[in-house]
Amino acid sequence: MSPWLAGFTIFFAYPIVWSGYLSFTHYNLLSPPKWIGLANYRYLLHSDPQVWPSVRNTLWLIAVLVPLQVLFALGVALMLARARRGVGVFRTIFYLPALAPPVAATLGFVYILNPATGPVNTILGHLGIQGPLWFQSPSWAKPSLVILGLWGIGNTMIIFLAAVLDVPRHLYESAELDGAGPLQRLRWVTIPTISPVILFAVVLGVIQGLQYFTQAYVAANVAAGQADQAGDTVNHLGYPQDSTLFYPVMIYQHGFVYFNMGYASALAMILLAVAFAVVLVIVVNSRRWVHYQGALR
Amino acid sequence: MRRWTGILLAILVLGATAVAAAAKTSASAGPQAAKKAVSITIWVGWSARELKEFKGVVTEYDAKHPDVNVKVVGSINDTKITNAIRSGNAPDVVSSFTSANVGVYCGTGAWVDLSPYLKKDHIDLSQFPKTSLYYTQFKGKRCALPLLADSYGLYYNKTLFAKAGISRPPKTISELTADAKKLTQRSGGKITVAGFDPFWGMYSGNFADMTNYAPLYGGQYFNGKGKAVLADRFAWSKLLRWQKGLVDWYGYDKLVRFQAGFGDEFSASNAFEVGKLAMMMDGEWRVAFIAAEHPELKYGTAPMPVDDAHPELYGAGSVNGTIIGIPKGGKNPDQAWALVKYLTTDNHALARFSNGIRNVPSTRSSAKSKELKPDPNFATFIRIFNNKHSTTAPITAAGNANLSLISRFTVKYQAGKVKNLHDGLKTLDRQIDAQNAQAGGGGPP
Repeated sequence: MSPWLAGFTIFFAYPIVWSGYLSFTHYNLLSPPKWIGLANYRYLLHSDPQVWPSVRNTLWLIAVLVPLQVLFALGVALMLARARRGVGVFRTIFYLPALAPPVAATLGFVYILNPATGPVNTILGHLGIQGPLWFQSPSWAKPSLVILGLWGIGNTMIIFLAAVLDVPRHLYESAELDGAGPLQRLRWVTIPTISPVILFAVVLGVIQGLQYFTQAYVAANVAAGQADQAGDTVNHLGYPQDSTLFYPVMIYQHGFVYFNMGYASALAMILLAVAFAVVLVIVVNSRRWVHYQGALR
Repeated sequence: MRRWTGILLAILVLGATAVAAAAKTSASAGPQAAKKAVSITIWVGWSARELKEFKGVVTEYDAKHPDVNVKVVGSINDTKITNAIRSGNAPDVVSSFTSANVGVYCGTGAWVDLSPYLKKDHIDLSQFPKTSLYYTQFKGKRCALPLLADSYGLYYNKTLFAKAGISRPPKTISELTADAKKLTQRSGGKITVAGFDPFWGMYSGNFADMTNYAPLYGGQYFNGKGKAVLADRFAWSKLLRWQKGLVDWYGYDKLVRFQAGFGDEFSASNAFEVGKLAMMMDGEWRVAFIAAEHPELKYGTAPMPVDDAHPELYGAGSVNGTIIGIPKGGKNPDQAWALVKYLTTDNHALARFSNGIRNVPSTRSSAKSKELKPDPNFATFIRIFNNKHSTTAPITAAGNANLSLISRFTVKYQAGKVKNLHDGLKTLDRQIDAQNAQAGGGGPP
């Protein structure tokens, strides 16, 4: 058996098949799984009050965060590609946040955006503006996570930068000869040439959005004032008011807080199907706007 | 040749002597090896100062029992316990602060049934209060015992009371509301001191749900058939309306902004300890925290005020406690049981630990122990614990999932996101029933 096949079987196929089996069982992690047919899926679709809020939150995050991340990373990459002086310094500065561990970065943002004692609201207060409640408000918690997400676009930015720098000079020169201005060069030369990288960033962003967990978990617990209390009897996931209850957070909650792994597996199987379908739609759709250099069309 | 034979013989004799000596040494070491102490591990949720107190109790046990060596691991939560049991690396003894999870532990056999041990050692269960017996079993299967207990009452700041001209702690909800308003201080539209913060989710003392308020209104969760009845009991809607009324009086956003400036609950920056809250509902452990962190604070304790329509409930409160048991797969169950028995039934151990962390002693005799350090503020909580109207969270197969579901509803109601309270509670009842059915069925408290 080739190493690839072994890795695929052990780390990919087996967990998916086993999860699929568990989704049809009542399994509390501590006693053997008990077959219950479609009961978990019925509960998921008809009775669980948290499913739809978590689906809405996840879709909101993908719809807002992914385009903004792509635009922001591309914008920064275009500026860095044009910079003539201090390029190394700027690249480092914009890339640096990507090196911060997600937990540390989230802790920092919750502190900076604390509505009562955080520096952002303090500065706004001095300017006579009452700052929002940020992570304490159901309408501001997700935008706060988006700000955190935009701060850490270093990886995407670096890939875009490499792609932008890789655009053949002669294409720009030809466009210039044809009288194309900077915006037209961007629209007709840069974007089409780097479109495979944009597709990559979109697909990766959507998959990461569907798996969004760490930042939401940490922000909810810290904002609720209960970070790392051993023996914490209260479940703060989704704080405030389920506004940060994303689908993966809910899977974790059922699997590891409520010990309801059979049901968590059913939720995970749905996520797998949705992720597969979404990526398929994007990839099929991308044939219309992605151009591969040297490809026959 | 003869000389060589002599040398050879001498070597043989020496060798034989050495073997005999070695055999003798190992023979004499035999009984000693058998006496070698067995190492057992206990996992507990306590940390920092409280963990140190617990270790002190265990050190005494170690000294009295040379046959065992107990290793204490602190800062443990239920996820760690479950993972350890699943992976087959469970410690010998485990304890949890989440008594609501006993339904999961007993129901699945993750914590072993203690009945054979209790029977063998003739342990009289009537030495434990009825409520503690309830939250340490599930459907008659006893997989845990109580290790000290908790009760919730009112803490009030005597200095702020004197400034506001209030002479005694409130006894009814309307007195609590009036005092809270009188004690509240604002500056430039911002709250600087809250008389009483009723916000669901404000510190775990308020438990983020209605459990701690239930005995103050006589609220019940389930009927005799195990079906949720929150919509049918007037107590719940009355409690929720009062709570939201007081939150609205402060202003929802203003209260959230005020709370965001609170220090960590279990630190010297606790809002009550630093005078940001004039009154607070909290567990008895706060007595020890205040003594260690702010001995200068002038405060008093009392039972929580109760529904005006039910003055007979005054003196009651919410109770629960730490549970302790033996996980499935533990390697030294006999030694583990001996330790569990000592920690949960020995008067001296319970009194010493209670003095250390100021939790309520969990047997009837230890609650009367002469070793307990007298403290009027702490004595309030022993009385609340023993009050006949005091109640605990319901134990169901869903563990603490029921309570989370309820807290999610109450948090939305206090934010004004539930239009019709009765309809909302009816939906909540259906959701609780569905959750219990999904988790394998629950029982009434």
